[in-house]
Amino acid sequence: MDLQSILLSLKAIVPEMILTATGCLVLLYDLLIPEENRGVHAGISAVGVITALFSVLWFGSERIEAFSGMLAQDTFGSFFTVVVLVSLLLTLMLSRSYNDWEGIQKGEFYALLLFSSVGMLVMAKATDMMTIFLGLELLSIPIYVLVGFDRKRLSSVEGALKYFLLGAFATGFLLYGMALLYAATGATSLSGIAAFAGKENVFGNTLFLAGTALLFVGFGFKVSLVPFHMWTPDAYQGAPTPVTAFMSAGPKAAAFAAVIRVLVVAFPESHPFLLKGLWVVAALTMTVGNVSALVQDDVKRMLAYSSIAHAGYVLVGLVSGDRLGGQAAMYYLFVYSLMNIGAFAIVMLLSEGEERGYAIENFRGVGFRYPVLGALMTVFLVSLGGIPPTAGFVGKFYLFSAAVKKGLILLTVIGVLNSAASVYYYLRVVVYMYMLPERAEEVRPRPVGVGVALALFIATVGVIALGIFPKGLLSFAESSILSIFLS
Amino acid sequence: MVPESYYLVLSGIMFAVGVVGVVSRRNALIILMSIEIMLNAVNLAFVAAGSYLGDPAGNVFAFMVMTVAAAEAAVGLAIVIAIFRHRETVDVSELKELKF
Repeated sequence: MDLQSILLSLKAIVPEMILTATGCLVLLYDLLIPEENRGVHAGISAVGVITALFSVLWFGSERIEAFSGMLAQDTFGSFFTVVVLVSLLLTLMLSRSYNDWEGIQKGEFYALLLFSSVGMLVMAKATDMMTIFLGLELLSIPIYVLVGFDRKRLSSVEGALKYFLLGAFATGFLLYGMALLYAATGATSLSGIAAFAGKENVFGNTLFLAGTALLFVGFGFKVSLVPFHMWTPDAYQGAPTPVTAFMSAGPKAAAFAAVIRVLVVAFPESHPFLLKGLWVVAALTMTVGNVSALVQDDVKRMLAYSSIAHAGYVLVGLVSGDRLGGQAAMYYLFVYSLMNIGAFAIVMLLSEGEERGYAIENFRGVGFRYPVLGALMTVFLVSLGGIPPTAGFVGKFYLFSAAVKKGLILLTVIGVLNSAASVYYYLRVVVYMYMLPERAEEVRPRPVGVGVALALFIATVGVIALGIFPKGLLSFAESSILSIFLS
Repeated sequence: MVPESYYLVLSGIMFAVGVVGVVSRRNALIILMSIEIMLNAVNLAFVAAGSYLGDPAGNVFAFMVMTVAAAEAAVGLAIVIAIFRHRETVDVSELKELKF
């Protein structure tokens, strides 16, 4: 590699470098300031994230093959960079107040969030199994720590242990899949695998088939698809709430980015065979997620199950296996980040501390006592349920219409039925807020600081504006998906 | 020379041993050890495939797996210690705080 190509490669990872530098700065600065001022780290991190966002716009997204084909910067990568950075920014805004309330205000918290996001960006840009693996681990290891960050609380550590054990187990599957694919094809790059699959008859190649299956089992764990979802409710419920919000948005989007790239670049030929499997998984994921969510009385746990169901909806887009489906899946991942982080923010405000839980009872009469909180929660829940005029509706509409165009009628019917069932448990919260009498001892919402207010504002405006004017984001998603279809 | 398939079969057996360990054992430390066995099965497969293909990428991948496995083990053991401080046990079947 000559100097020219090294410089060009560095240009492809500018956002990653900015986030890493910010993370190191936060860790160093943490040593210098007194304990009560640590909230300032949220501000420093937010400045870093905003700089990274601007760098994405500034450097544009023309395709760069970086580091001898290990990474590629393209519009697809930029799209997911934006999704991850926006989720990270909202999470930082929520974390500052939350960490004060729970007494876990530490510099490492922000540094770990930043490092984990670097892993997500690497994963979204990875074009080689090595970089996918590195990105995935860089994403996961800080998240294991963040889930157990409140180590004085047993549920937090317990969630972390369960997440860690199953996450590491899943990594084993993913890696063994990669090893078998390498043994079969002799290539670690996605395009190398595609070249092998184009030449040889892969259906008779046991190594290749087993490798592919194990690879997707590993991915299935990471994006919590049924039957690999067991860790999700526990890890989501145990984690500090801003971390839960982040986990449901950033890592999921990044892992889906890797899945989409692997499907499109590495397996264009063996598609029909893979898609059959994904079809079943999508139907199962939607159904199990929604049915489990129906019976939950803890709102945080309910949202955890609903996030499983939403992974199933996104998977419907991938099963369609064409541009429309991919575009719809990407749009949905972005919108889902906004509405889910918003919903978690309200849940976080209406609690008397993690130890006391997030019972749906806390929502009794909230709509009248605190009209703004009630109205915002209603917007997020309506959007999660997929009711117009919100962005959640537009996302589901495009996902299911892409599936119908591909002739996946049965899957669409299952999806729409699921979506209808999900409205029950989302609106149940709204019923508690507006139609049930208050309890004698009411739950006072925690004081809303500037950060939380700003995060709620961004999420609400995003959910409504993207619902009414989806064209801009959709065409961004379309050019992104085209950038990997045509490369 | 030992054929490549022997190595791959051995790595498959090691991987299966690891998976069975994770699924059947209740002690968090033994589960961690079983996961390490799975990762070593991966390393064996990578190194064997790499040397038969005459391609250094397999060996490089094995090095990366080792480094990441070390980082993962460090975090995992820290979490196990945090659990032990609360419960004085590392038995995963006794962790029921989050189930209903």
